Amino acid sequence: MATTHPTPDPTPVSDTRWLVRALVARVQLYVFLALVAAFFALPMAWLVLSPFDSQPSLVAGLSHPTLGNFQDMFRNPAVITSLLNSVLLALGTMLVVVAAAALAAYALSRARVPGRNIILYVLLLFSSVVTGSAAMVPIFLLAYDLHLINTITGVILVLAGGLLPAAIFILKDFMDSTPASYEESARVFGAGPFQILRDIVVPLVRPGLAVIAVWTIVTVWGSFLTPFILLRDPTLTPASVQIYSFYSAGGTANLRLISTFGLLYTIPVVVMYLVVQNRYGFRFYGGLKR
Amino acid sequence: MPPGTPGGTVSAAGLSRRWALGFLTPAMLLIGVFLAFPAVWTLYLGLTNFRLLGPQALHTKFIGAGNYQQALTGGDFLHSLYITVIYVLLSAVIGQCVLGFALAWVFRSWRGPLRRVLESLIIVAWIVPGSVVAFLWLAYLQGNIGPLTETGTLNTILGGIGVNWWLQWPMLSIVVFNIWRGTAFSMLLFGAAIQAIPPSYIETARVAGASSWQLLRDIVIPRSRGHILTNLLLISLWTFNDFTPYLLTGGGPGNQTQFLPVYIYQQAFDQGALGYGAAISTLVLLINLVIALAYMQILKERR
Repeated sequence: MATTHPTPDPTPVSDTRWLVRALVARVQLYVFLALVAAFFALPMAWLVLSPFDSQPSLVAGLSHPTLGNFQDMFRNPAVITSLLNSVLLALGTMLVVVAAAALAAYALSRARVPGRNIILYVLLLFSSVVTGSAAMVPIFLLAYDLHLINTITGVILVLAGGLLPAAIFILKDFMDSTPASYEESARVFGAGPFQILRDIVVPLVRPGLAVIAVWTIVTVWGSFLTPFILLRDPTLTPASVQIYSFYSAGGTANLRLISTFGLLYTIPVVVMYLVVQNRYGFRFYGGLKR
Repeated sequence: MPPGTPGGTVSAAGLSRRWALGFLTPAMLLIGVFLAFPAVWTLYLGLTNFRLLGPQALHTKFIGAGNYQQALTGGDFLHSLYITVIYVLLSAVIGQCVLGFALAWVFRSWRGPLRRVLESLIIVAWIVPGSVVAFLWLAYLQGNIGPLTETGTLNTILGGIGVNWWLQWPMLSIVVFNIWRGTAFSMLLFGAAIQAIPPSYIETARVAGASSWQLLRDIVIPRSRGHILTNLLLISLWTFNDFTPYLLTGGGPGNQTQFLPVYIYQQAFDQGALGYGAAISTLVLLINLVIALAYMQILKERR
């Protein structure tokens, strides 16, 4: 407050100087934000515009609007097959991860398993250290020895093994925060462990199961390295690998196909992310990606 | 609390130890076979001259530390390790971390539709599948070499200067790409950290006449130190293990962007030297272990 100051009110000169400085700071901020917006938007523009252009170039633009690219794309058998393979991989891995993680998390949450904190600690350590990139050689050889090369099952098992520790960790948190009293009364009435898990625990932790399911699907949907190494048969490749082979094969890249396929393949992940983000916020998804 | 009688203990929920072990079995089996075993097995594989094809494939030999000797004296591995460290430092530790912090700081007091649009844009860059963003960036930075090759969006905006970024500036291109790709995580994590600071702290400092810089230095950064360390370790680990550079440059031109994951892939699968690849894998696993242990240590201290 000016009245509490022992010195007189600021002179008009310093007042304008303050104003100018504030204005410059504002302008700097807006320039920064405009640059950030351009930096993030420009590479993405191609994916949004090119699928609707009948003659797309490498420059993002929309000079010949059309919807025909989508029709053409669905005539390409590799597109359909690879998308189906992706669905199969994502759903298969999701089922394995959710089922195995629910059982394990329930056991760790409710029973007095000796050293369970150490078990969780070691599991998490393993899952962050043994990445696909670091372990590609032994994983390939293991799949080779188990005759899992060129099988969807092999990819599902490898991916599930890597995702399970984090899934168990999160589900255990959910289970710890639900009361055990329902289970106690069910037990009094003679329900077995499986019955209790199915009829009482699973409905109670459904949000946790949903988070794990969506997280697994999104991760597997985008995963590249594991299917790239384990699946050499082109009829088994998922969309992530298929789209790479469309632009890495040499020759002129079919930009209509790549842009349309890329957009269609991207949309499900973005939609699922938005759903999870709106329901549960960053807490779950953010810490978990990759 | 149930009476903890040893032996056939049954918890409040009626889960005996035997049932609990049964419930744990499927998950432990999967993790054991497909996560833990490969990590241990690669230690052994790295000591052999294992090959999938060719004459050596028939008689795999134990060659002791031969692969490690080759890695540490050959130059290729050390080059790869060196550029990987540079890549992690520039793109993750400096790029993602600083830009993410700046954005979280700007966003803290800015509500409105424009903020949501910008934030969503940054997050979408992070969640679009890797093989799609790889092509987006190949197209974006494409330069016209020869009459037949098209120019990408960036060169067109810059007035057709015709720089072929991927060939002339591969390292810079890939660093910028990774900043674009991964900044969202730092932004979200720092956003949470800044929100956790009691607003009264910031107000008090403002009233006392602290500048924004002083505010950051004396209040915000010290109070989010845990988040900053967590973030640095996670994004370093992820960038260190990222395979997307392979989709962008395939390690080239030459070996200028042959980061360790790309190097392992090319040695093991293109050259067929699985034993040597396994040895490099072991070294990468060790580096990951050091980063992860540091991370776990921080989590423990924050509990």
